[in-house]
Amino acid sequence: YYTTLTSLCDNSTFRWTIKHSFSKKTLAKPGVKNIVLVDGVRTPFLQSGTTYADLMPHDLARAALQGLLNRTGLPKDAVDYIVYGTVIQEVKTSNVAREAALGAGFSDKTPAHTVTMACISSNQAMTTAVGLIAAGQCDAVVAGGVEFMSDVPIRHSRKMRKTMLSLNKAKTLGARLSLLGSIRLAHLSPELPAVAEFSTAETMGHSADRLAAAFGVSRLEQDEFALRSHTLAKKAQDGGMLSDVISFKVPGRDIVSKDNGIRPATMEQLAKLKPAFIKPHGTVTAANSSFLTDGASAVLIMSEEKALAMGYKPKAYLRDFVYVSQDPKDQLLLGPTYATPKVLEKSGLTLNDIDVFEFHEAFAGQIMANLKAMESDWFAQTYMGRKTKVGAPPMEKFNTWGGSLSLGHPFAATGCRLVTTVAHRLQKEGGQYGLVAACAAGGQGHAMVIEAYPQ
Amino acid sequence: GGSLLCLSLSAARTHVSYEVKDNVAVVRINDPTSKVNTLSRHMQAEMVEVMNEIWGNAAVKSAVLISRKPGCFIAGADINMIQACKTAEEVTSLSQEGQKIFDQVEKSPIPIVAAINGSCLGGGLEFAIACQYRIATKSKKTILGTPEVMLGLLPGAGGTQRLPKMVGLPAAFDMMLTGKNIRPDKAKKMGLVHQLVDPLGPGLKSPEERTIEYLEEVAVDFAKGLAGRKVTVEKKKGLVQKIQDFVMGLPPVRKQIYKTVHSKVMKQSKGLYPAPLKIIECIQTGIEKGNAAGYLTESQNFGKLAMTSESRALIGLYHGQVTCKKNHFGKPERDVKKLAVLGAGLMGAGIAQVTIDKGVATILKDTTEEGLARGHQQVYKGLNDKTKKKSLTTFERDGIMSLLSGQLDYRDFENADMVIEAVFEDLSIKHKVVKEVEAVIPPHCIFATNTSALPIKDIAAASKRPEKVIGMHYFSPVDKMQLLEIITTNKTSKDTTASAVAVGLKQGKVIIVVGDGPGFYTTRCLAPMLAEAVRALQEGVGPKKLDSLTTGFGFPVGAATLADEVGIDVAAHVAEDLGKAFGTRFGGGNVEVLKMMVQKGFKGRKSGKGCYVYGAKSKEKKVNSGAEDILKSFKLTAPPAVSADEDIQYRLVSRFVNEAVLCLQEGILPDPVQGDIGAVFGLGFPPCLGGPFRFVDSHGADKLVQKMKRFEEAYGNQFTPCQLLLDHAKDSSKRFHK
Repeated sequence: YYTTLTSLCDNSTFRWTIKHSFSKKTLAKPGVKNIVLVDGVRTPFLQSGTTYADLMPHDLARAALQGLLNRTGLPKDAVDYIVYGTVIQEVKTSNVAREAALGAGFSDKTPAHTVTMACISSNQAMTTAVGLIAAGQCDAVVAGGVEFMSDVPIRHSRKMRKTMLSLNKAKTLGARLSLLGSIRLAHLSPELPAVAEFSTAETMGHSADRLAAAFGVSRLEQDEFALRSHTLAKKAQDGGMLSDVISFKVPGRDIVSKDNGIRPATMEQLAKLKPAFIKPHGTVTAANSSFLTDGASAVLIMSEEKALAMGYKPKAYLRDFVYVSQDPKDQLLLGPTYATPKVLEKSGLTLNDIDVFEFHEAFAGQIMANLKAMESDWFAQTYMGRKTKVGAPPMEKFNTWGGSLSLGHPFAATGCRLVTTVAHRLQKEGGQYGLVAACAAGGQGHAMVIEAYPQ
Repeated sequence: GGSLLCLSLSAARTHVSYEVKDNVAVVRINDPTSKVNTLSRHMQAEMVEVMNEIWGNAAVKSAVLISRKPGCFIAGADINMIQACKTAEEVTSLSQEGQKIFDQVEKSPIPIVAAINGSCLGGGLEFAIACQYRIATKSKKTILGTPEVMLGLLPGAGGTQRLPKMVGLPAAFDMMLTGKNIRPDKAKKMGLVHQLVDPLGPGLKSPEERTIEYLEEVAVDFAKGLAGRKVTVEKKKGLVQKIQDFVMGLPPVRKQIYKTVHSKVMKQSKGLYPAPLKIIECIQTGIEKGNAAGYLTESQNFGKLAMTSESRALIGLYHGQVTCKKNHFGKPERDVKKLAVLGAGLMGAGIAQVTIDKGVATILKDTTEEGLARGHQQVYKGLNDKTKKKSLTTFERDGIMSLLSGQLDYRDFENADMVIEAVFEDLSIKHKVVKEVEAVIPPHCIFATNTSALPIKDIAAASKRPEKVIGMHYFSPVDKMQLLEIITTNKTSKDTTASAVAVGLKQGKVIIVVGDGPGFYTTRCLAPMLAEAVRALQEGVGPKKLDSLTTGFGFPVGAATLADEVGIDVAAHVAEDLGKAFGTRFGGGNVEVLKMMVQKGFKGRKSGKGCYVYGAKSKEKKVNSGAEDILKSFKLTAPPAVSADEDIQYRLVSRFVNEAVLCLQEGILPDPVQGDIGAVFGLGFPPCLGGPFRFVDSHGADKLVQKMKRFEEAYGNQFTPCQLLLDHAKDSSKRFHK
């Protein structure tokens, strides 16, 4: 047995493992291309309505893309394809990927498309890139996501729209006047977008509150977790850990170089807040929920050979990933619970093998509910068709640089932040495997295993 | 020490238990002998015991009342307890005991929070509204209401006194006179409950279990808040509420309301139902003469109502309905997972609708695209109307619609577990369909026929496997009418019957299972009555007069209108078929009248004209003069001895009833209960009479026979009482219902 091992010794990976005194194997699979994360950046995540307020989504996206170009020194024509995520679409730039890429100075010969999958939109952008490379169609793909909540499309009512569209077709003055005359005061009330499920009409915060109650998550637990997130984020920010953040000179405003939603408070302050969704007895408050955020992120994904050929030192391998979906009513935010065991099994890993966890923090209550679900044999058996629980991640490995609750959550930009953060944490902390997991509207979820690149 | 004491005391109790958590007494109710909690004597006794312990415990600062059953808070008083009483006085004293308990609850020195999940009806609601605070879950199972009126009773434990004060006079009348169920959202708006709690999904326990636990947690918090005066019971009144209160404070306004409600009740009930009038009296007395008088009137009226034949009839129907919602044929060998319906007409589409909305995949097959499109639209409209009423979301509607496969061919019939044909009522067409279908369905598949008159054995004659053939007679409109009449032949296997009943129950039907024969049970009872109605029309009783005579007797729909609704063509068809089968007994009116009407295109509502003219927007129905002309050409002279209003009523009803009794005598009907349920739920026999059999019991078979003999003299054998009816007339101790 020992000889078999030593015969594999000329394998570079093995040498690397020795060097880092790891005993774990690499997750490379025969016949599957190694795909790497070269680097990832993001604009500072700002509370909506602050410094970015006068921009448009493609402006933010452009900033992230330019930041990536600057950070990597990538020749603009070396990119085969661009995939970008967004959730609330600006109707003028429905393919925001293309608009942002053109402005960022990418070659106009580089095609770009936009994907949307709620809070896991940029995860979808990244895995789309992985797919393009794995299929041998591309070697270098830029993926990312943008969300701009300072301005959202507010529409005329359906009846008003119908009248206005008919007005275009009306031939005579009489017909036009009679159409105008049909407008009633009620037609003028606008339609506002809501962070609500279309299928159930329930807002996400309401669902999160019910989820927390279903798992018996107390207000105190939620406030404690929120405080933890802010405290860790502050520490990471102060300690210069958030190196994925680029500085952005906002047109007409100052240079922004820091996230502005990190606010460690005291438990007493948090306890004073009233519930935001289920009143008066709910437990989800503004302070233990992620806030509306503007921001954009971008990553450069390449095949390993291409990256090495171009002289890059990749940060991590992007390995197995899964998408899951459940009942959008009662299991809206349980994506991580379902996705984690699935992706671990795919990779042949257990929870103990993972050194770094980055979970998307939509609500403190949602995270705590997921942790409790993952710790429950009953839930695993009753709802997941599993024999046993997968187990909850140990907190010392979990979101140690803050999370969406504190750093902010621009819906479609969060996925890239999670993946880049895992890569950076693996480098800093010396671990080998990281796990990203996130929930998304529609009752969907995602998880990905990331492996540190040998240094 | 305190909790140990509770434990040892409650060990002896089986229905009510409590524990003290943080100075809050959590009282949990659970009747271990039943699926629902009722306020039985036993439950009441334990409740009084527990409440006294709580009130005697200085450490208890507030209380929560909650049920441990997932779908039921308290479903009402125990009906058997009321039925067991022999006199009005006994029932009155029952009512007074209830009033006394709830009075103590209302005056409780500590606040009591009713935590409601599931049905909170009748006495259950009266209990809840005596409490100081109410929290309800938004579960689909949570309903609040006072359904007593539907049993011919009234809320007899303070309900008529407390509700008007809580929700206002108009809403209180509406609740108590209609008995309708109120959903949680509405209850909150009305001020019937203070807080709502969302039902929970999967967690560390089953959703039902955890939802109750959560409700309890929230209720305990509110109980503490009430005890600590951090939560106030009184809601700030809005301007509208203030104005309404002011207006209701004016005696002439209230007087006008009493008058309006009274005349509305009289118009709708024709004075045949005593309960609504007594309810009005209780409310009026309470408001105008004060609490003491109100409570006294309530308990006395409650006692009086419990002794009425109307209440007995309605309670009988309630019990009958419960019986007819069970499968008495055992569990079928396999579940019907895919159903196919042949014919996308009114019936076929209706059957498809009530099947898919219970989650069963259904094929709807027709022979033409137009027919299919119409049927498909009918199903869609039926479901879409529910989304407008918010009982269904658009996504649920779409999901349900995805279970429907509209098609013109026999694709996928090889996977069908049951086929229900609803094609045209013609034996040769039915035979053709049987053969076609049997060529494509799997061996286990059941063939059900939705016919209203053709004997099933005649249809089954074309079948290679008659043991799989059964009749399933639905009533139109299928999504509204509750009855399903299942017809078995002597070859139908027990498993086939069990499966048909299982499907019907899944579709939400009340089911009677009867023997085969022309017209089975329901059509056979209706046909002679309609024949008599035609005769009356020929004798010069106008359609409007005929309608008012029948509705005046308690039928929800008048005989002429009913004929239009059923379809004059269908009526003609049935009259002819059954006339052939049963001879002159089914005579009376001339079938040619109906045939001539069909010829002229007067097929009833569906063709725009029948006895009446339809389509015009005016509310007032106009008599079809064309039909009147036809009636004139078939004019008969009315024999004066049997043509008084009451005579006409009894001519119609006695033929119905006699035929029903004959069905029991011949074994078509297995028992009087199913006979009553079929007549009331399928044909609209007056609910206040409880069905033909209960009617014979309460009216007296001898009196009925006397009347029939008189009619027999004038008209002949159509009024000859059957042997079983004669037996009952001879021996007054013989009764259909004990």
